[in-house]
Amino acid sequence: MKQFKGRVVTPGEVTAEAIVTKEGFNTLASFQMALQFGDKEVKCGDQSNKELYGKSMLGKALCLPQTIGSTTGGLVLYCACSMQKNPACMLFANHIDSLAAAGAVLADVWVDGITMPVIDSLGDEFLNYVKDGMKITVKADGTVEVE
Amino acid sequence: MILTKEQQAILDGEQGETLAKVMKTLVMYGDAFEAEKLVPITSKYNHLVTSFGLKVMSPVYDLMQQLLDADVCSDQKFSVDPRPIDKNVPANFLQNLVFNKFMYTKQGFYEEQLEKLGLMDKNAFSCTCYMDEVGNKPQKGDVLSWAESSAVVYANSVLGARCNRNSGIIDIMGSIVGYVPYFGLLTDEGRKATWIVKIQTTKKPEAQLLGSAIGMKVMEDVPFVMGLDKWIGNELNDSACAYLKDFGAATASNGAVGLYHIANLTPEAVELGETLIAEGAKEYIIDDAELERVKNNYPVIWKNPKAEPKLCFVGCPHLSLEQLKDWTEKIEAALKKNGRKKVTLNTVFTAAPGVLEAFEKTKYSKRLKATGVITSYICPLMYMNNPLCKKMPVITSSNKLRTYTSARYYTDAEILTKITGGKF
Repeated sequence: MKQFKGRVVTPGEVTAEAIVTKEGFNTLASFQMALQFGDKEVKCGDQSNKELYGKSMLGKALCLPQTIGSTTGGLVLYCACSMQKNPACMLFANHIDSLAAAGAVLADVWVDGITMPVIDSLGDEFLNYVKDGMKITVKADGTVEVE
Repeated sequence: MILTKEQQAILDGEQGETLAKVMKTLVMYGDAFEAEKLVPITSKYNHLVTSFGLKVMSPVYDLMQQLLDADVCSDQKFSVDPRPIDKNVPANFLQNLVFNKFMYTKQGFYEEQLEKLGLMDKNAFSCTCYMDEVGNKPQKGDVLSWAESSAVVYANSVLGARCNRNSGIIDIMGSIVGYVPYFGLLTDEGRKATWIVKIQTTKKPEAQLLGSAIGMKVMEDVPFVMGLDKWIGNELNDSACAYLKDFGAATASNGAVGLYHIANLTPEAVELGETLIAEGAKEYIIDDAELERVKNNYPVIWKNPKAEPKLCFVGCPHLSLEQLKDWTEKIEAALKKNGRKKVTLNTVFTAAPGVLEAFEKTKYSKRLKATGVITSYICPLMYMNNPLCKKMPVITSSNKLRTYTSARYYTDAEILTKITGGKF
């Protein structure tokens, strides 16, 4: 087990299985088909992301460097949270980007009963260490345990 | 974040619970970037990214309704991204059924909401709101609360305005309170380039391919591009602006670029030169081989990769008036060369309603129509955004459309060959 310390963007505690991308995560491309057509597993639909394409994102600990792409990204994430089709948590190696931050904040302020901890600045070492299927535990102070 | 008395009062709920939540959203958004303050929006108009009445996006319309019910609206009018459907665009019975009965069932409802929230006019639907024919063109130095990645990168880079890559919903919330958090691309420091990109190609690089390569390399950083003025000149004329529009859209969708500087061309690069480059900036050299590598790496997700294309989209982001004229001449010449009168597959060129109206008044309009090309105001991305289109082989010269849909990317020259029945 290894511990990493990040910065809390939106608070919460959760334990979930990791899915990992070292490429930028395109929120619109990843979620659009799954949300529109009721994919219960919320499989990643981004053809350009070879690490995540076709994998379920629902209830997973999504480990990523940052999000990229369309500025619908934040509202797509907000919709995913409203529809309870969101990852369990989002763990950023880098400083969070403006679209992901918007999505996390919109969900936190405007969606009742949602808890999707978002931690950023976990560092490159975190992303190099964590692998698909590992168990992730997020603590309230931004500590992330990987085992 | 230090708030003024007025801002703090809003946050404390003195003007109602809904406006307090709007302010809380902006403060939390700014806190994520250690923003020290909120600064006033100075542009005449806003621009929103959410133009589509998708049934599945109900949470967005519910939130908009909360704003309307609480009478929490902005004095600033806005343009918005393109409409998602147009009966002129070819669609079969099943597609029409899916579009009208399952997907865009909220379109009418949402457009009514937009009008109440402050839509500029009924034609203000385009991702290229900054074009003269649309009329939402900010001034250099203006502070914006825009969303739409291609419009934000254009406003920052080509017009010299200041705007972060705001998400949809955040765009209208900034406009409602009249302030945005001061961080990132609003600051002088955030506008410095952390990448130097050197163009060393033997011919003019394809705008959408070059943008894609840079976007994938620098992600959300600011690139300072050297050597491109050799190919597109050092004057921001129609041709250069159209090139930069397409280039920027690819940097923003294939990466997360919100601002680029082009040496000797874009306003801040002309004004400040290489002082815009941050200490320790990384370097990326782009030659013919690098562009070829990037292009060859795009996945083809058609069911049958060798299928003949059934539909072609050009105009994501929307075409300019000059681009429509230029394409008309190129298609006519290519058809003549290939001994044909009409394009060989359904081809749709998309542009802003105002641009299409202006095009209708030119001699080119009838000529383009005669080639069989269809013009439309839609967003090709929204059209393609369903499983039926995934089964259909669609081609495009838009790297943004390629990124978000199953459309296959070809250069403009390859598209011209394909649609006019020529051979590679």
